[in-house]
Amino acid sequence: MNEPLALEPLVLGIETSCDETGIGIVRGRTLLSNTIASSMDEHARYGGVVPEVAARAHLEALQPTIDAALAEAQVSLHDLDAIAVTSGPGLAGALMVGVGAAKGLAVSLNKPLYAVNHLVGHIAADIVTPESEPLEYPTIALLVSGGHTSLLHVRDLTTDVELLGETIDDAAGEAFDKVARLLSLPYPGGPEIDRAADSSPSGAGDPKAIRFPRGLSKATDMAKHRYDFSFSGLKTAVARWVEREEDAGRALSASQRADVAASFREAVVDVLVTKALAACADRGVPRLLLGGGVIANKRLREVAIQRAEAAGVTVRIPPLSLCTDNGAMIAALAADLIASGRRPSTLAFGADSTLPVTEIQVAERVETQGSAA
Amino acid sequence: MILAVDTSLGTAVALIDSDGQVRADACSPDPLGHAEVIGTLLERTVSDIGDGVITHVVAGMGPGPFTGLRIGIATARAFAIGRGIPVVPVPSHFAAALSILEAEAPEARFAIVTDARRREVAISVFDGVDADGIPNLVEPTVLVPRSGADARLDGIHQIEVATLDAGALARVGMLAARAGRELTGVEPIYLRQPDVTIPGAPKRVS
Ligand SMILES: [Zn+2]
Repeated sequence: MNEPLALEPLVLGIETSCDETGIGIVRGRTLLSNTIASSMDEHARYGGVVPEVAARAHLEALQPTIDAALAEAQVSLHDLDAIAVTSGPGLAGALMVGVGAAKGLAVSLNKPLYAVNHLVGHIAADIVTPESEPLEYPTIALLVSGGHTSLLHVRDLTTDVELLGETIDDAAGEAFDKVARLLSLPYPGGPEIDRAADSSPSGAGDPKAIRFPRGLSKATDMAKHRYDFSFSGLKTAVARWVEREEDAGRALSASQRADVAASFREAVVDVLVTKALAACADRGVPRLLLGGGVIANKRLREVAIQRAEAAGVTVRIPPLSLCTDNGAMIAALAADLIASGRRPSTLAFGADSTLPVTEIQVAERVETQGSAA
Repeated sequence: MILAVDTSLGTAVALIDSDGQVRADACSPDPLGHAEVIGTLLERTVSDIGDGVITHVVAGMGPGPFTGLRIGIATARAFAIGRGIPVVPVPSHFAAALSILEAEAPEARFAIVTDARRREVAISVFDGVDADGIPNLVEPTVLVPRSGADARLDGIHQIEVATLDAGALARVGMLAARAGRELTGVEPIYLRQPDVTIPGAPKRVS
């Protein structure tokens, strides 16, 4: 395990922090495969990710996903230089399936193992985006999914990531799911809200029809929660609005539903983009990286690009297949850690559902005397 | 050689020779912390085997608390993937039963009892070994309230176990592999559905 590592290490990454079993393979900064098995459909009837259902699905998906990733990358397990795995943050029981698998694989193959941070992995997704310019630092990163909503200041991918703020209640993706339910739309809510807002029979909804609240955006909140997010008040406001209509005996018309969907989405997008660009301005960083599954939302991408351009901020958005949770970003982060000379993790780490973003790598081995550096 | 991994109770890893003798084993009785300890225990078990070749990995399939149980199965499967060798799934209670049968050869039926949390226990009733030398499970494994175990078992000797001998698990797996038998499927022995309810209409907020 002490052989010098290749400059462009071949790394297999395992990601199981939520409902996607992701196995990715990279060679240095080159993406070789990004294979994902999702249990999303199994969660649909519950209206949200059920941790036990997700964990059961990871265990079943493990072998077929690893096999598919190896086949796509056209490499054998023995060619690998290292294994990487998400240690946190995420759903504990789901994470533990990946941690167990990664340890089994690393010991079996006698390969070094890197336990890494899921959120920082989302940033690393950018560096394996095919045919993209190298990521410039520092950058502000906005990571939005069903599990997290975080604003980061990234000075260096492998050594210096600062959490500026995060959601204090629901993740943005969860808010989409909950509001979809209020409008009797299926799970996952993001694409459904989009469809309701953009293509209702009566035409597109008016994003300005209803002024829903922007969480933590009042001057009093901004003092303490300048970069934090809150979506639970927004969800309640939508629920009140719908109830008021129903109490008055008015069933929501198609155009009203389109307006509610568009206005809700506008509120989410507005607060995400406003706070991200405020961070860019405050920190003097003219770069914004977007990541996480909610980036699939077209309106979010549009507004971010428009308003960033007006503010002189360059926006980077990895392809959607690298924005949703995946193993390639975990492998990519480990490959950069290896290239920067970091030692592997010990085998003694666990899953940490609240792993802070400052812990980019977990349980790095302490150099022992006489070991090859 | 055959490797066995079980996290249905504590964390237990063992390696046996083809004659069933334990070559190496390592375990932690801690009913939590499986994810943290399993890599080190596994590495300790397989690191010093000379020219030996591991041909099978036996996975203890439970029953056991789900989160912990899955870690051992995931580890066992990934180890097998790495070596390109088969996984032999074995119900963990079979290993507990074989340990009892090897140690004291009880003549009557006996029940292996393990804690299943929520004031329930998992029970498997065995009666000697079958023609393949595998403990003879005479009733399907069930979950019962702890307070109802005595009535359910009606005088059958109960043996409650809190740790598992992975060497015995490996031997059960070896016997099953030799006999070409599957003692359980690929699904862990959960015995409980996930705790979820299908949501009704959204609750009113005003
Ligand atoms: Zn994520």
